[in-house]
Amino acid sequence: MAALLEVNHVSKQFGKDTKALKDVHFSVAEGEFVSIIGPSGAGKSTLLRCINRMVDATSGEIIFDNRNVLDLKKKELKTIRTKIGMVFQHYNLVNRLSVIENALHGKLGNKSALAGVLGLYSIDEKEEAMKILNALGLADLIYKRADQLSGGQKQRVGIARALLQNPRMLLCDEPIASLDPGSAKVIMDHLKNISTNWGITILVNLHQVDVALKYSDRIIGINNGQVVYNGSPKNLTKDDIQLIYGSEAEDLIFDVGGIHAS
Amino acid sequence: MEANEQMTNVSSATDPFLKPYPDKRLKSRAWNKSLVVMRTTLLLLTVLTVYAFVSFDYKEVDFKEAALGTLTNIKVMFLEPHLKHFTFLQAVHQVFVTLGLAFLTTLFGGLIAVLLGLLAAENLSSRRVSLLIKGLVSFIRAVPTVLWVLIFAVAAGLGSVAAVIGMTFHSVSYLVKAYSESFEELDRGAIEALQASGANWWQIVFQAVIPSSLTYMISWTFLRFEINFAVAVAMGAAAGAGGIGFDMFMASNFYLDIREIGAITYFILILAILLEVFGAGLKKKLKVNG
Amino acid sequence: MRADYFAKKKRNTLSVLLILTVITLVSIFITEYNVVKGITSVPTAVQWALSNFYPTKESLSKLPDILEKLKETLLVSIAASTVGAVFALFFSILGSNTTGVNPLIKSVCRSIATFFRNIDVAAWAMILLFSFGQSSLTGYFALFFGSFGFLTRAFTETIDEASGSSVEALKATGAGYLSVIFQSVIPASLPQMISWVLFVIETNIRSATLIGLLTGSGIGFTFNLYYKNLSYDIASLVVIVIAFTILSIEFVSNYVRRAIL
Repeated sequence: MAALLEVNHVSKQFGKDTKALKDVHFSVAEGEFVSIIGPSGAGKSTLLRCINRMVDATSGEIIFDNRNVLDLKKKELKTIRTKIGMVFQHYNLVNRLSVIENALHGKLGNKSALAGVLGLYSIDEKEEAMKILNALGLADLIYKRADQLSGGQKQRVGIARALLQNPRMLLCDEPIASLDPGSAKVIMDHLKNISTNWGITILVNLHQVDVALKYSDRIIGINNGQVVYNGSPKNLTKDDIQLIYGSEAEDLIFDVGGIHAS
Repeated sequence: MEANEQMTNVSSATDPFLKPYPDKRLKSRAWNKSLVVMRTTLLLLTVLTVYAFVSFDYKEVDFKEAALGTLTNIKVMFLEPHLKHFTFLQAVHQVFVTLGLAFLTTLFGGLIAVLLGLLAAENLSSRRVSLLIKGLVSFIRAVPTVLWVLIFAVAAGLGSVAAVIGMTFHSVSYLVKAYSESFEELDRGAIEALQASGANWWQIVFQAVIPSSLTYMISWTFLRFEINFAVAVAMGAAAGAGGIGFDMFMASNFYLDIREIGAITYFILILAILLEVFGAGLKKKLKVNG
Repeated sequence: MRADYFAKKKRNTLSVLLILTVITLVSIFITEYNVVKGITSVPTAVQWALSNFYPTKESLSKLPDILEKLKETLLVSIAASTVGAVFALFFSILGSNTTGVNPLIKSVCRSIATFFRNIDVAAWAMILLFSFGQSSLTGYFALFFGSFGFLTRAFTETIDEASGSSVEALKATGAGYLSVIFQSVIPASLPQMISWVLFVIETNIRSATLIGLLTGSGIGFTFNLYYKNLSYDIASLVVIVIAFTILSIEFVSNYVRRAIL
């Protein structure tokens, strides 16, 4: 399959001497489910935000759908962003609005300024929102206010918002880091389902190695702003985990073998 | 079902679990009490504002001329300030008089408010006493400071005594609210522990309540000091309390000297900003220590 | 060591008390405040108020007149608050860290608000009096400037607190600037903003009384008129009317706050 996303020699520097990313290089094929793992502060979040330019990379190029994201003008950037959904660790919903209003925010990128200001959505758009919310198991909560939901439910609204963009790719920044194990499994199952059944490419930051091994087609390991592992979860060894997590690895080397076996 | 057909037409409808949502209401906003009250409030405020502009007593003021006149005045004020009817040193002295009024008011207000605040805190006093004091305090707050000052002026004569007492009234009502809320935040367990060890009310207050609320109390009190400075300026102008506010009133209403008002405004502005900066520094220091 | 700790604490407390005492003495000296008179005048004032400062039957005949002035003052206060809020909304969106467009505009917006906030309404009233005379506009503009300055700061803080994360999410969907503002910033911050506007309306009614005294308009002028004529019964009626109004507004505001926050 053709590469949907190519990240070529991307570096990001904050201030004078804080290098968040150093010559990061990888590509993601259409429909792939890729996890980025690494210790906190390794640059995972920065990397994800460079792809849709919520953060501007210092050098290198990021090719999404055959266009270099870093060259885009403001207007073209907005168009590209509508094709890339984003899911956040803290859900980033507007707490006072209803579930469906939050989900419909995914449609704002395709709207004129006036329709966006007034929040005008067509019947088709609302039906699409209901369909997606329904598929995510939120049918009964459509008119509930976002601040009345549990964490897992909020995250599903966040995913609905991203899906309403009709994206080709989802960027998920630690989507399960604030959730209990039960809700985390629901979210990961939904993401996997979106990837297999809807054909949407998924790039997800995780810090749980076991979850990454279980769900991903491929794993990218990052340490200190550099890619130190890029390959199938099957081939990930203890040594690789040592390389990715450094001194933290001791706590993580439970039984990679056990997971591979299951 | 028509809805059913429409939904299968939607582009990404390949999900096998997909069931059409049965409800065909297609609103996207959930109406609830909060939203209704919010909309009503906004509507009411808009209507009242429009009505206000219609009913204003314009007294045949030519708006354009008056607005331009004000702009010119502001320009003259700030670009060509001078002192004519008193000297620089006198101005500094008057600024200190205003500061002194603000200080005395805050000090008296703070002392009285600590006592009343303890009685108004529900966890340290009875519910009835607390309600009584809170009611009294909100009545005091409802009467503008300048009216308190003028009411006291009848008995004490215009001057610093009436000003300090009148302003103290308002400071008390403001600080009682602030103090009692911070007392009420105190953990019930801490009070219980001291009660269990046989401590009496005063011991509890001085060993547990005040020490744990002290940083809050200091920052609220300083904030009130800043407010009292502004109030003292206004009382100087409106209720003969003296200080820089009175000079401003004279410059404006008797000498009609715009440039002198400008100079006085600079004095007040500089002091207000100094107090704000000092207050911010104090807050930071308290945070570090607390 | 422990003895040291307590000694140090004691020293600190003592020095703070000493400083406060010195400032108090200096203040008493400089303001020519008479301590004895200060204490004795409170009972005198209470005694006087109880025997003179209450409305009589005759003073009730002035009530329609007073209410007319009250209405004027109320409307001026409300109009100044709402129009101030509209301007403050604009300035706070451009001045907030979350939604500001560029650093220069941000600091310009903030400086303008600081300027208006730090000049007291009493000062504005005296400046405006020169051109606008005793029309309602003098009070209106004085209150408007103060409300605008205060609300800009309050709104800026509200926006930064309430909407930071959802702004990021909406930007990531490719939504335009105005869509982000109207679909995320405003819905998230509106309740807190309304609460601030209600607070400013209360404050403005108190300030309007002061401005009325200084400029000869509104309810402040009515009070001053009867006060200077020594008609204390009517002046007390004015005080009661003002207090009742402010308490009612406080009651309504609290109801609205409970419903929306």
